[in-house]
Amino acid sequence: MTERVELAHNAAQRRVPTMVNGKPQIPYLGVGKYQPRGRKQAPPVRSSKDYPENGDKRVPNLETALRKCGLRDGMVVSNHHHLRDGDKVALLTLDAAANIGVKDLLWFPSASFPSQQSAIDLMEKGVIHHIEGSMNGPLGDYCTQGRMRGMGVLRSHGGRWQAIQDGEVHIDIAVIAAPTADAFGNADGSHGKSACGSLGFALADSTYADHVIVVTDNLVPFPCVPWQIQGNNADYVVEVESIGDPTKIVSGTTQITRSPDRLRIAEFVARFLRDAGIMKNGFSFQAGAGGIALAFVDYLRRMMKEDGVKARFVRGGSTKYLVELLQEGLTDYILDGQTFDLGGVQSIANDPRHVATSPFTSYNYHGKGNFASMVDAVVLGATEVDVNFNANVVTHSDGRLLHGIGGWQNCLFSGCSILAVPSFRDRIPVIVDEVTTLTGPGEMIDVVVTERGIAINPLRKDLLDAVKGSKLPIRPIQDIKADVEQICGGKPARPKLGDRPVAVVKWVDGTVLDTVWQVG
Amino acid sequence: MAADSKPAEAGHWGKDIRSDLHVAIEPRDSGGIELGLESRVAPYYGEAILAQTRQVLEALGVKNAKVSIHDEGALPYVIAARLETAARRAGLSNNNKALPDKIAPPPASTKDRLRRSRLYLPGSEPKYAINAGLHGSDAIILDLEDSVHPAEKDAARILARNTLRAVSFGDCERMVRINQLPLGLEDLAEIIPEAPDLILIPKVEHPGQVTQVDNMIAELKVRHQINRPIWLMPILESGTGVESAASIAAASENVVALTIGLEDYTADLGVVKTAEGRESQYARSRLVNAARAAGVQAIDSVYSDVADMEGLRRWGENSRALGFEGMGCIHPAQIPVIHSAFAPSSAEIEKAQKVVGAYEEAQQRGIAVVSLGSKMIDLPVVQRALKLVARAKQMGLA
Repeated sequence: MTERVELAHNAAQRRVPTMVNGKPQIPYLGVGKYQPRGRKQAPPVRSSKDYPENGDKRVPNLETALRKCGLRDGMVVSNHHHLRDGDKVALLTLDAAANIGVKDLLWFPSASFPSQQSAIDLMEKGVIHHIEGSMNGPLGDYCTQGRMRGMGVLRSHGGRWQAIQDGEVHIDIAVIAAPTADAFGNADGSHGKSACGSLGFALADSTYADHVIVVTDNLVPFPCVPWQIQGNNADYVVEVESIGDPTKIVSGTTQITRSPDRLRIAEFVARFLRDAGIMKNGFSFQAGAGGIALAFVDYLRRMMKEDGVKARFVRGGSTKYLVELLQEGLTDYILDGQTFDLGGVQSIANDPRHVATSPFTSYNYHGKGNFASMVDAVVLGATEVDVNFNANVVTHSDGRLLHGIGGWQNCLFSGCSILAVPSFRDRIPVIVDEVTTLTGPGEMIDVVVTERGIAINPLRKDLLDAVKGSKLPIRPIQDIKADVEQICGGKPARPKLGDRPVAVVKWVDGTVLDTVWQVG
Repeated sequence: MAADSKPAEAGHWGKDIRSDLHVAIEPRDSGGIELGLESRVAPYYGEAILAQTRQVLEALGVKNAKVSIHDEGALPYVIAARLETAARRAGLSNNNKALPDKIAPPPASTKDRLRRSRLYLPGSEPKYAINAGLHGSDAIILDLEDSVHPAEKDAARILARNTLRAVSFGDCERMVRINQLPLGLEDLAEIIPEAPDLILIPKVEHPGQVTQVDNMIAELKVRHQINRPIWLMPILESGTGVESAASIAAASENVVALTIGLEDYTADLGVVKTAEGRESQYARSRLVNAARAAGVQAIDSVYSDVADMEGLRRWGENSRALGFEGMGCIHPAQIPVIHSAFAPSSAEIEKAQKVVGAYEEAQQRGIAVVSLGSKMIDLPVVQRALKLVARAKQMGLA
C-alpha cells in the first residue's frame, strides 16, 4: 500500500482514514446521525432469451464458469461462509481465478476462516489485491502486519448488505456454495451431504452481483425444493465432487461451557433477564453458539419453565439448545441466521416453525426496518469493554485482528444488549479504561455481565430501576475494573500500535468507526 | 557460585497450561542476573513481570544467575511463588522469602459457623484459585496432600502460602489440608504465618497426632503474633481412626469438626466404595456420634462423580439424615446441590419456628412447660428447634 492516508477524528474521537482503497469515506457521525440518499444499486438488465430454455445452466467446471462471466483483472469476487471452516468453494474459486491468470482481485467473502489461509499465497502472487471481510488467524496476522496491498474493511453482516445495496461494493461475480441445487440454479442449504442450514449470507450477492455462479455437490433434478437462492438470479451452475468438509461445516453438537466461572456468567445473564422483567410471555431473545451463550439458553429455559413463560420467537445462530426450546413449546419460532450444529440443521429442514432468515430481514441498514431492533434482548461476547461501555470484538487487546464483526454490531439495536464476558482472561483484563479497537459504541451497550458482577449502563435508568431489590450483584463497571486491576497487578500497558492503518471497522451505516493499525 | 547450588526449575508451561509459569534458574559465580522472558501477556505486563522478577530475586538474595521464564499468564503472586520455589531448589534462597502484598484478611472464623460445603483446590495448580471464592461454598481448601505430586510438595506449599496472602476468597472459610505427619509439620511452618482459618489433618488415627499439630500451631501463632483462631478438622481414613473418633474429637479445644476420607477408609477395609455408601454407614454413624459427644460438627466426605448431580443430591440428603452438617466438593457445580441437600425443608423450618415461638412465649410468661396448641413439647424438641432455626437463619432461609 503506497497511498498516503489522510486521517480525521470521527464522532467517537477515533482517528480514521478518509480514503480507503481509493474510495472516499465518511467518518462515523454517531448512532443514527448519517442519512444516506440516492437509489439502490441494481445488476445489469438481463433477458431470459439469453439463457437456455430447458433451464440447464450447467458448465463443466468453475474455471469455465468464471471465464464465461468475463473474469478479468481487478474484479470483485464474492464467497460466503455458511460452510464455515469446512468450505472448499472459496479456495476452488480463487484457485480457478489464479489458473485463468487474472490479477488484483478484490476478494469479498462474508467471512474468512482459518482453512482459507492459502489466500495469503494468492495475495503474495498478486492474484488477490486485498480482502474486504473478516480476517482471523494467519490471514488476520498478514493484514495486521501490513503485508496486504489494500486496506482490510470489516463490516457487520448487515453492513455487508448495506455496502452491496448502496454501491460501496459492486460485486462482479458471486460464487455461491450450495448443499443442494438444480441445473437452473435454485439452491438451498437444508439438505444434501454438505447441509449447513440457511444460505442467507449469499442472498444479497445473488440479487446484486453482475454474475452469479452456483456450485453444488448435490445436483437434483429441477425443481430444488425448497429454494432459498432463486435460480432466476443464477448465470451458471457447476457440479463438483465436494463443496466442503462436513465435519467442519457443522459441529455434531455444540457444547455448553464447563468452566464454573463461565457458567456463573451465563446464570447471571438468565437471572438478569428474569429479574429485570424482560423474560415474560411473548418476549424474544438472541444468543449465539459460544459456550456462555449456550449455557445461558439452558439456564433461561429452566427459568421459563419454572415461571411458565413462553417466547414468541428466538433468533439464532441456531443450535440444539434453541431447537429444544422450540420442541418443548417454549418458543413459537426460531428465526435463524445461521445453523451451527446437526440439531439445528435437522430442525430447519423439517420444522416449518424454524425459519431461515438473512442479513436483509435481520440486520440490513437500508431495509425499512429490520428484526434486530425488535428483539427484546441479545447476549453477545467481546474481547474488551471499557468503562464507557464501548466494546471491541475485532482485535485482540494488542491490536491484532481476531475475528469479524458478524451480526454483533447489528444486534446492539435490540431492546437490551448484554455482553457476557469474563472480567479478565488469564492475566489479560477484559474490563479496561479504553478499548483498543472500537467496534460498538457504549451508548448501544446496556449491560455487561462478568463473573464479578453485573454492570448496567448508567444511560439505562429503566434497567437499573427494574432490578432494584433483586439479589443480582449489580456493580458500577469502574468497581469491576478496579477488582481486575488489583488481581492482574495494575493496569495493562497500552498496546504499541503502528501509525499506518491496515484495516477499518465500519459502523452499520457504512461510516468508519475505527481503524486497525499495523502491529509488529 | 555457592558449593551446594545447582540448576533448578519450577512451575509449568505449554499450550494447555494457563495462569502458571515455568522458571529455570542456572546459578552463576558472577555476572549478575541474566533474565529471559517469554510471555503470552508480554504486550500488557511484560515490563511488569521483568520488574517483579528482579525485585523477587533481590528479596531472595539471588545475585548471580541465568533466569529463564515461560509465562502463561500467571498472576503476580504465582510468579513470586514459582521464582521462590526455583531459587530454593537451586539452593540460592538462603531461606529468604519473597512474600507478595497481603490483602486485608477476612473476619476470623467461628467455631460453629456453617460448614455445609468446602471446595477442594489442588495446591500446585494456580488457575482454580483466583475465582474459587465466587461460587458460594462455605469454605475453600488449599490441598497440599493427595492432589499434589510428591515432587511438587515444596512448590504447592509456597504457592498456597502466597495464595492465602494475595487471593480474596470472599466469605469462604480458608482451609488448608496439610500432608500426613511428619511432612505436614513442614506445611504448617510455611502456612500458619498466613493465618488460615482451619487446618485439615489427614489420616488421623490417634489423638496424639492432633495434639502434635495443635502444639505446633500454638507455637507458630505466638512466634508470628497471630491472634485469631486456627481451627482443626481431623480426617479419619482408616478403621483405627474411626475407632478412635471420640478421643480424636476431644483431643483439642480447637477441633471444630470431624470428617472422613472414604477412598482410604474403604481401601483400608478392602471393600468397594459405592454410590449408596452402605459399606461406610457404620463408620459415618460412629463419626457423627463421636462428634456429637465432643460437641463438634460431623462433616461427610466428597461425592466424586461430578456429572451425577442426582446421585450427589441423594448422598447429601442421606448424609444430613445421618447427622452430618456438610460435605466436601470437588467442583463448584456441586455447591448449590449440596447446600440444598443440607438445608432444612420449609415445613421443618416452619414447624421449628412455631416451637421456638411457643418456647419464647412460655419463657416470657415464666411458665416451665412449653405447649403448642393442645400438645406439650419436650425440652429436647425445643432445643432441636432452636438449633434448626439458628442454622436456617445462617443459611438465609429463615
